[in-house]
Amino acid sequence: MSSTAEIRSYTMNFGPQHPAAHGVLRLVLELDGEVVQKADPHVGLLHRATEKLAESKVFNQSIGYMDRLDYVSMMCNEHAYVMAIERLLGIEAPIRAQYIRVMFDEITRVLNHLMWLGAHGLDIGAMTVFLFAFREREDLMDCYEAVSGTRMHATYYRPGGVHRDLPREMPRYQASKWRSQKDADRLNEARSAGLLEFIEDFTRRFPKAIDEYETLLTDNRIWKQRTVNIGVVSPERALQLGFTGPMLRGSGIAWDLRKKQPYEVYADLDFDIPVGVNGDCYDRYLVRIEELRQSNRIIAQCVEWLKKNPGPVMVADAKVRPPRRENMKGDMESLIHHFKLMTEGYCVPAGETYAAVEAPKGEFGIYLVSDGANKPYRLKCRAPGFAHLSALEEMVTGHMLADVVAVIGTQDIVFGEIDR
Amino acid sequence: MSAHIEALYNAIEANLATRVRRVESLADELTLEVDAEHLLEVARVLRDAPELRFETLIDSCGVDYLHYGESEWKTLSATGSGFSRGVAHGAAPHAGAAAHRPARRFAVVHHLLSVTHNRRLRLRSFCPSDDEPVIDSVVGVWAAANWFEREAFDLFGILFNGHPDLRRLLTDYGFVGHPFRKDFPLIGNVEVRYDPVKQRVVYEPVSIEPRTLVPRVIRHDNRYSPELIEQGPAK
Repeated sequence: MSSTAEIRSYTMNFGPQHPAAHGVLRLVLELDGEVVQKADPHVGLLHRATEKLAESKVFNQSIGYMDRLDYVSMMCNEHAYVMAIERLLGIEAPIRAQYIRVMFDEITRVLNHLMWLGAHGLDIGAMTVFLFAFREREDLMDCYEAVSGTRMHATYYRPGGVHRDLPREMPRYQASKWRSQKDADRLNEARSAGLLEFIEDFTRRFPKAIDEYETLLTDNRIWKQRTVNIGVVSPERALQLGFTGPMLRGSGIAWDLRKKQPYEVYADLDFDIPVGVNGDCYDRYLVRIEELRQSNRIIAQCVEWLKKNPGPVMVADAKVRPPRRENMKGDMESLIHHFKLMTEGYCVPAGETYAAVEAPKGEFGIYLVSDGANKPYRLKCRAPGFAHLSALEEMVTGHMLADVVAVIGTQDIVFGEIDR
Repeated sequence: MSAHIEALYNAIEANLATRVRRVESLADELTLEVDAEHLLEVARVLRDAPELRFETLIDSCGVDYLHYGESEWKTLSATGSGFSRGVAHGAAPHAGAAAHRPARRFAVVHHLLSVTHNRRLRLRSFCPSDDEPVIDSVVGVWAAANWFEREAFDLFGILFNGHPDLRRLLTDYGFVGHPFRKDFPLIGNVEVRYDPVKQRVVYEPVSIEPRTLVPRVIRHDNRYSPELIEQGPAK
């Protein structure tokens, strides 16, 4: 009689309705005991054919769809899309609009990283940081709301600038059955002046908040046990696999489009690019935490500039920008332009371009082919998470089942952009 | 033309003189066309030549040029009843700028990035056959191509020679057709619902009508057509 027990690997289904699957990831795992031998992600459960829908709509009508791609970094997606259109049209946004865009790109980065930090912490057992992160997110959501009217899907950027200038007043809280006058007053303290003052106040408060997150995690023994040496990617492999953003920088490659191929006004701003050493989950965590601090620096510089420099936030070209409402009431030209722009849109000259921004998750790019019509001929969204998730199998093979969750978390997966 | 684009093109020409064709593109971008049979060879050189070093495949996607340059609505002349307001489905589209349509229908576009030299490059290859588009896979050159090629197979039906695992990626299990092809209707072919009698999900032909809210038009704008400006106003 043989004394060796026969252990067969077995197949396990993970998701798509699992809280640690970050949306709708379905993973088919082949396990040997608790060790992962194969991982096959099944994606597409959130596929909405955004790119095909965009082919049937005039250019401006698809801006709102971009928010819904990576729905945690909304304005960065819009940014790549409007940049692609601007390049084909040969127009450039006024300098003030560029500063506004950079400021909101960085606010978006903070929003995204806070969401990532909270969710990643929650996935591997840290509850409090999630609550802390959402406290600060709430303030930034208010900035979105003040400038665009919505808290998430802003549709704020336009080819040629931004929809409107920054509001001089912040929305305020009102006392109600659920919120006492005292609480409302406390919350309204920073909201007494305009949006810029509110953001400035935020940039003063925020470094302290980051310290709080770090107190909870950075030297936490359990946190380190769950992340150090998990999901290690070498720099050569990271390039091969098409990694960008913190996933690439965590492996030690100092690559950031904001520095290397600066767009808008990033070349004039002072900030640093954090780089990891070991390429594991912990290094990527440290990189993202430092990015929060750097984004805060950029936001503060933008606020300072924007306070001093009023000006237009949209190009003057009447063939691209809709006319002002009050002009439409008495001016025939404005009325015609409004009618044509709102129904037929503008035609973009034939050609193709690729515009990329450093989105919080990595390089988000738009490949746009136009044949001269008022709708895109082909639109392709290059989502950073798509390349990252395709490398999931390589990252988790040989790790334990519980580490799969840590790797999904470190990749900062959002299915809106992967499935499109 | 900016200087760094010219320098890049010279470096490519030195390595791949006859293999690539340069295509007109925006001033700060470089687009090359490669015949399908040379794609793999060109990809290897672009990745490995020390003065090129395109070590990252940023993006790779399919493009269907079937209706390129066609508009749904004539804009140059009115009929006796004025401009037509509606779009008749199934009617032959107007071929305005369709003269610029490429001879082949399916193309695969690779976007490359060289982190070493901080450069980008666009590489386009047309599939030799329109009915059965096949092209070489570049997974062996850039591992990132794996899912991008699965996606292009799923959405456009382009087959990749030498791909290790060419399965559908984004569409439903058991999906029929390739939805991003231009002749695939936007509303799709089937709709899905839960049937309480059969106690399962059933697929049925779509019940909604296709409609166009805004017709696709191509207008000739003098600002974007240098040749029209040179000619002066039409007489």
